[in-house]
Amino acid sequence: MNVHFLISGWPGHALPSLLLIIAAWVVIGLAGLLRPHSLRFVAHLLFPLGALGCLCVALLAGTFLVSGHEPEVLVLPLGLPDLPFHTRLDALSGFFLLLLGLAGAGISTFAAGYFRSGEGTAPALLGLQYHVFLASMAVVILADDAYLFMVAWETMALSSYFLVTSQHRIPDIRRAGFLYLIMAHVGAICILLSFGVMQGGSWQFTFDAMRGASLAPVWATTAIVLALLGFGAKAGLVPMHVWLPEAHPAAPSPVSAMMSGLMLKTAIYGMLRISFDLLHVRYWQWGVLMLALGLFSALFGAIFAAVQTDMKRLLAYSSIENVGLIFTGIGLAALFEASNMRLFAALALTAALVHALNHALFKSLLFLATGSVLHATKQRSLGKLGGLIRRMPWVATLALIGTLSIAGLPPLNGFVSEWLLLQSFLFTPQLPHAFINMLVPLGAAALALTAALAAYVMVKFYGVIFLGQPREASLVEAHDANWLERLGLGWLALGCVLIGILPQLALKAAGAVTGKLLSETISPGFSIWLIAPVTPEHASYSALIFLAGITAVIGIAFVLVRILAHGRIRRTAAWDCGYPWQTSRMQDTAEGFGQPIRHIFGTFFRMERHLPSPSDKSPHYRIHIEDKLWRAIYLPIGRGVQRLADVVSVLQGGRLSIYLLYSFLTLLGLLVFVL
Amino acid sequence: MVTRASIGPLLNVLASGLLLISFAMLSRRRTQRLIILFAWQGAILFLSTCLVAYSSGLTELYYSAALTLILKVILLPWILHRLISKLGAQWDSETLVNIPTTMLVGLVLVIFAFGLTQPISTLATTITRHTLGMALAVILLAFLMMITRRKALTQVIGFLAMENGLFFAATSATYGMPMVIELGIALDLLVGVFILGIFFFQIREQFDSLDLHHLEALKED
Repeated sequence: MNVHFLISGWPGHALPSLLLIIAAWVVIGLAGLLRPHSLRFVAHLLFPLGALGCLCVALLAGTFLVSGHEPEVLVLPLGLPDLPFHTRLDALSGFFLLLLGLAGAGISTFAAGYFRSGEGTAPALLGLQYHVFLASMAVVILADDAYLFMVAWETMALSSYFLVTSQHRIPDIRRAGFLYLIMAHVGAICILLSFGVMQGGSWQFTFDAMRGASLAPVWATTAIVLALLGFGAKAGLVPMHVWLPEAHPAAPSPVSAMMSGLMLKTAIYGMLRISFDLLHVRYWQWGVLMLALGLFSALFGAIFAAVQTDMKRLLAYSSIENVGLIFTGIGLAALFEASNMRLFAALALTAALVHALNHALFKSLLFLATGSVLHATKQRSLGKLGGLIRRMPWVATLALIGTLSIAGLPPLNGFVSEWLLLQSFLFTPQLPHAFINMLVPLGAAALALTAALAAYVMVKFYGVIFLGQPREASLVEAHDANWLERLGLGWLALGCVLIGILPQLALKAAGAVTGKLLSETISPGFSIWLIAPVTPEHASYSALIFLAGITAVIGIAFVLVRILAHGRIRRTAAWDCGYPWQTSRMQDTAEGFGQPIRHIFGTFFRMERHLPSPSDKSPHYRIHIEDKLWRAIYLPIGRGVQRLADVVSVLQGGRLSIYLLYSFLTLLGLLVFVL
Repeated sequence: MVTRASIGPLLNVLASGLLLISFAMLSRRRTQRLIILFAWQGAILFLSTCLVAYSSGLTELYYSAALTLILKVILLPWILHRLISKLGAQWDSETLVNIPTTMLVGLVLVIFAFGLTQPISTLATTITRHTLGMALAVILLAFLMMITRRKALTQVIGFLAMENGLFFAATSATYGMPMVIELGIALDLLVGVFILGIFFFQIREQFDSLDLHHLEALKED
């Protein structure tokens, strides 16, 4: 009895331990201020400690998920008087903490080797901002009342703003940071309003009260639309995506990885928390809305990623695409749930969750890899890279794993979640809505197109950076990443491979969430060999067998070639089509690779092209691609605000007596109003 | 010795005196005159507070009366006087709007203040309740004076006169504010006058004059 209590009792303390680790992160951040300019102290001691904290978080959250315990609640003696902070650890927050811990460990390890002295902000400040960012994300996930949630949410926005603008001497970076800050605050206002609607007149801002509040349909829908706007602005859903392609390239690479891999996921978490937990998905229209926005974002992101020439911008657009995919999954789940098809809802939600986890791993991996490339070559433009696989074999190999994952190739993790998402699309004909049934195949087609485009983008990304010949002479001096960077990259790549080969691990974690949220999990009895979301007769995937197949085919081919062709190899110059030499200028460029996409999807872009004339002695080809939505939505809003400000500024006459008159008239007005 | 019965009318007379001084301040052009008027206002305030204290038997009010005497009758006028002689600013202060118009606006304000405080006066139980309207009128007139003047020094005097009105309103409506708040306000006034004095020198150094219309160029275009 006692022993049983002990064994089952220890995971019961997961929440206090998690909060302690969060506090430890803040302490680690502050500790750096002791020796603000010592890179060795901050980078080689504090960042690895932070990574250790990430690992502990992942471990605690993982055991909590597997043990299937009831939610833990803790009221902290912090906050305003009569308004203490509530925290809660349940399956949903456990899953996202697992994600945070797993990817965060890799990023922190990488960051330990990445930051150099003399680049922008002092190391200690970077460390402080970085760890506060990490801690605030964890608090967002653990918060159980709107008050703590918003405090942590804003802390997250501010700390990441400072991280984005760590090279604040460059005007473009300041501009990107400002755009990010505006979008973050507009989003935060929407979320705040959404919470305000959800308390439903009870003025109780704990999530428990919101769960119990009975809202009229209009107000529930208002809350979900506001939440979609707010969290969409953070996650990068089109048309609230504009800050993403600006802020991600501006930030140092570990920060881009954190923002893209982890911070976007907190928005996903918030959306899931509000739609599935607090509002208990009531109307199928919500699902359709999220589905449509998600699919459009996915397609939009993939198309724009294909025409980018800056490697980090490319990845930022790819993040928009992946967030779109996740929202597609959430939308499908909501659609199924509102139509009382629990099992399929669980399938779609599992797909969304697993994709969120996968994206955290492979997108962090790729952003970090671009960081290594950036440090080695000082180049961000794809047009000046190339052939780095020979100079940076470690980074190239690990990035290849990430590239294959994000392209959705088996047996890596990207395939698992995209396959699950397509599977859940296949069940939509059973929905009880005729129109939706007709439109959903279009969605499935869009999803397939997106997946194909994503693969295309990744071929471009990897091919232009790592393959072919170096496009600049200086690339010959490029050096590989140091051991800490390799360790971080390796950790993330290992995650990609493991989830790819043993998708059961991720499915079990996601199953714990769907079990609590929808009281249904997919295929509870899958074996180590096979995953079958609904029934094995319907569809199944076996990563291990697939891997064995690939290995066998390659092995046999290798052996056969060795046996049959051994000793008969003749090395000679290839037939050169009459060209006596080949230079790096002859290879396909990033612009050239994206050109077909630019033509096919021309309506999406606003292009300014400058073509040289045939007689030009030093021809220059310039193309400028812009987002149409920027001119269609954001510039008019900006002009409107400017006009309003101009009207208001008439009040500023400059004469003191006029100002006094304002307050005098206000006083008289108030006196009349009061009495 | 005054009897308790005669205190009410006496207070009304003092309040009218305050109001009269406010009107006088509106019409005065010379800064030095304004300071003397301000000191007189303080003196009347001191007398009325003493009377209220005597009638209500609140010892706290005696303290605030003493504070008024020291601060508003002696210290602040002295500081202001030294300030203008140091600045050499005994010149005329011109008004923005001509004086008869200002007076007429002031009259309208007084009527407005009386009309406004009618419902409160009927509710209040203090002996001084009828003077509340006058107190509000003093505040509004001081505000009007600040609006119509364009010299930095007269602005400050207008501000101080407004505080006198507030103080009078507090004693007449609720037998004064708690001692802590009153002490705080007194300190604020003193510090405020010091800081503004420093500002005067800065403004004069910058623009060679204390005329505030030079500050108009400071707005954002």
